Amino acid sequence: MSVVTNTTTIGAIDAPSRRNTELVLVVFAVAISVFAYANVGLALNGELPSGMLGYGAGLALLGGVAHLVVRRFAKYADPLLLPLATLLNGLGLALIWRLDQSERFQALSTFAPAASKQLLFSAIGVGTLVAVLAILKDHRILQRYTYISMVVALFLLILPMFFPAVNGAKIWIKIPGFGTLQPGEFAKIIITVFFSGYLMVKRDALALASRRFMGLYLPRGRDLGPILAIWAMSILILVFETDLGTSLLFFGMFVVMLYVATERTSWIVFGLLMSAVGAVSVATFEPHVQQRVTAWLDPFAGWGEVAASEQMAKSLMAFGSGGTLGTGLGQGNSDLIGFAANSDFILATVGEELGLAGMMAVLLVYGLIVERGVRTALAARDPFGKLLAIGLSGSFAIQVFVVAGGVMGLIPLTGMTMPFLAAGGSSVLANWALIAILIRISDTARRPAPAPSPSTDAEMTQVVRP
Amino acid sequence: MNKPLRRIAVFCGILVLALLIRDNWLQYVRADELNSHKYNRRVEIERYAHERGDIIVDGKAITGSVETEDSDFKYKRVWKNGPLWAPVTGYSSQAFDSSQLENLEDGILTGNDDQLFFDRTLSMFTGEKKRGGNIVTTLNGAAQKAAFKGLGEKKGAVVALDPKSGAILALASTPSYDPSVFAGNSMEDSDNRQKLLKDKDKPMLNRALRETYPPGSTFKVVTAAAALENGLYDDIDAKTDSPLPWTLPQSTTELKNEGSIPCKDASLREALRWSCNTVFGKMSDDLGNRKMIEQTDKFGFNKEVFTPVRADASIYPEDNKPQNAMAGIGQASNRTTPLQMAMVASAIANDGKLMQPYMVAERQAPNLDPVYTHEPEELSRALSGENAQKVQQMMETVVKDGTGTNAQIPGVTVGGKTGTAQHGLNNSEKPYAWFISYAKTDNGSPVAVAVVVEDGNANRDDISGGGLAAPIARDVMKAVIDSKK
Repeated sequence: MSVVTNTTTIGAIDAPSRRNTELVLVVFAVAISVFAYANVGLALNGELPSGMLGYGAGLALLGGVAHLVVRRFAKYADPLLLPLATLLNGLGLALIWRLDQSERFQALSTFAPAASKQLLFSAIGVGTLVAVLAILKDHRILQRYTYISMVVALFLLILPMFFPAVNGAKIWIKIPGFGTLQPGEFAKIIITVFFSGYLMVKRDALALASRRFMGLYLPRGRDLGPILAIWAMSILILVFETDLGTSLLFFGMFVVMLYVATERTSWIVFGLLMSAVGAVSVATFEPHVQQRVTAWLDPFAGWGEVAASEQMAKSLMAFGSGGTLGTGLGQGNSDLIGFAANSDFILATVGEELGLAGMMAVLLVYGLIVERGVRTALAARDPFGKLLAIGLSGSFAIQVFVVAGGVMGLIPLTGMTMPFLAAGGSSVLANWALIAILIRISDTARRPAPAPSPSTDAEMTQVVRP
Repeated sequence: MNKPLRRIAVFCGILVLALLIRDNWLQYVRADELNSHKYNRRVEIERYAHERGDIIVDGKAITGSVETEDSDFKYKRVWKNGPLWAPVTGYSSQAFDSSQLENLEDGILTGNDDQLFFDRTLSMFTGEKKRGGNIVTTLNGAAQKAAFKGLGEKKGAVVALDPKSGAILALASTPSYDPSVFAGNSMEDSDNRQKLLKDKDKPMLNRALRETYPPGSTFKVVTAAAALENGLYDDIDAKTDSPLPWTLPQSTTELKNEGSIPCKDASLREALRWSCNTVFGKMSDDLGNRKMIEQTDKFGFNKEVFTPVRADASIYPEDNKPQNAMAGIGQASNRTTPLQMAMVASAIANDGKLMQPYMVAERQAPNLDPVYTHEPEELSRALSGENAQKVQQMMETVVKDGTGTNAQIPGVTVGGKTGTAQHGLNNSEKPYAWFISYAKTDNGSPVAVAVVVEDGNANRDDISGGGLAAPIARDVMKAVIDSKK
């Protein structure tokens, strides 16, 4: 039967799904990435690169599959999230491929091309997206796993402590025959699920059972417990794994979610105070952190002596050399940064080769993802969905800020990766999963209210349905 | 929950905004500073990304650029006959910066100089490959070769000038080095440079411009000029008031002559011919420290000379009376560079006019159009034309039948002065052999030369300006005259 004949007052016509908009944008995102390949090849060798077709086709396939899956399983999802993620992933692939062509890297004994691996991980990432959308029909199911999430997240966080430190930070685990994994990236999502579930239950207690003190609402001790525990945990991660970035991320995310859940400004004040206390006390005895802070305050002072300072200075010079319009893809020397040029410091390549213009574009793409995520939170109808969406987009925003701010010398460098852009399997996988959950929540949020089942005798009786 | 959500949205916006502002600060405001930062390797990469212009002698390039396999630096500097030209060109190394002409004319050689702006803009439209401009020098290849051949294995330096223009015709310093051996940036280049730096003979020291020596008896020419200019003596053949023995002022030390030569009341001509210490020592004392300084100032002493490569200042210091008397025979605290003594000889040969020494005749754009041509420039009037000619007569006597007969060239009038400068405490070390001279043809003087040989190997008794240095000066002058024919 046709909906047009339905005479009830609600939802006569389908809400626009915006799937075609999404398709056009995905095609656009893939096209930009393919152009980037062509640009690199023409600049470096004067011909279209042979890899262009492979990577282009691969990326188009991934974008296409993801789009079809969204069309099938999340019809009303936000139309921007997928194209934006595809664009960043594609651009990242082109940048990594460009850095693979660097003669400086190829001369190193440790060199291994990363682009093909990154494409593989992107495929697994999109596979994760497909799996999440196909299996997770409703994000509220996640609510059931609140405490399991906590256990899993803690397990993932503690795991790297039993593995040797890589470049001064214990954030990797080594799986023989597979490679290395950064469990922190996955823990980020899982712990958000825990926070959402926990805060949804406790928000009233946290918000209302408090005493007023000097204009602020002080929460009760028993409600303060969890936040103190999380704070202590993030500091412990920082101390034992020397992972400044992840602890900052977790703590920032928790404060954001607490604030949203309780609507109390006092949580923010507490959060800032505690993070300040934590950061200062750790910085006083942790040499790894001190080094980063010194490198941040005066990157050029430690030239030739402190590796962290030199790396920072090289990053700044890469940005400076890019100028307003950049040197053009393939024509810069961002590989001078050396180690981590294609992971933590990939933005330096964007800065040098695409210039201020390209950097601002990339930052705005990240900004758009974050704001679409926040919008999803606003639109979500259930508090769990709201908290989950704001937690995920908040952590995304903090991560982007911490990494980009780090490589640009705005804040001390912490050693996280730029979502989608940087080479790294765990990061790509986790961020696709994050996008998948946001897509799922946005689909639920934007889905029109189910049309009431038309009753055959409606016209005859005209009575209120049960 | 929507109100805090909106606030979080604003907060996220602020985070992104902060990043955007920081990015603008880095890539717009500080871009130039970071791009040209001394640690920024891109500066070096860009410098060697295209062929460097050449330094040209006698119309031929003495430098070149070769393509390398290096991933960072596409081109490397090479020198044709490096040791011969190193004192002129300096070096330009991928890893160790550059020096002298390679450094001072870097803008032209890389093609980045503002003088080449028009040329650069033009080639941007024609799509020409970027290339550096050329530096045309004033040097004379034959004279340079003669200087190096003469110095041979000995330590020393030669400077030849064109007295009329101040053009540098030869600039030799031995032992020399080949800048090509460390032009790259490999470990081998680094080792080669270390070896050169550690060499006790200091091959990288440009002795012609950067080493000051006691001038010895060659300085007597300056003292003679001062005496004539200040009217102490007038007639070069008239007797001077010069007792023998002569005791240094405020002292009981007698100033000695080399051997028993006729120096008592000797005329200026005879005193210079025999190189009488007593005559010139007393002359300097009679003139006094201030007048001697004034005269040396006119010859270009007491300040650095830029050719454009910097030459150390030669000095005639303020001193007490006995020291000043000794300085008059070049044997006290006055010190000069070989370039300075060549300037003295050239000022006398040029009838008293001292020209600014220079070695860059022309700067060329990559398309060989000149963007700068040097105009000869008078540095000072060292002495009057009349007095200059008097000194010339004296110096010509020295070569004709004095201590400088080794510098004679058949058919050419040559004036010169020998010098044997003692050095070391109480004359303990082997002396330096000096010779300054000029040649004169029908069209005036085409060349003035200063030669210094600091030879530790020669037998002590053999060291004399006339014996060691004069033949080198002769060969250099002859090379210049021959090449003009």
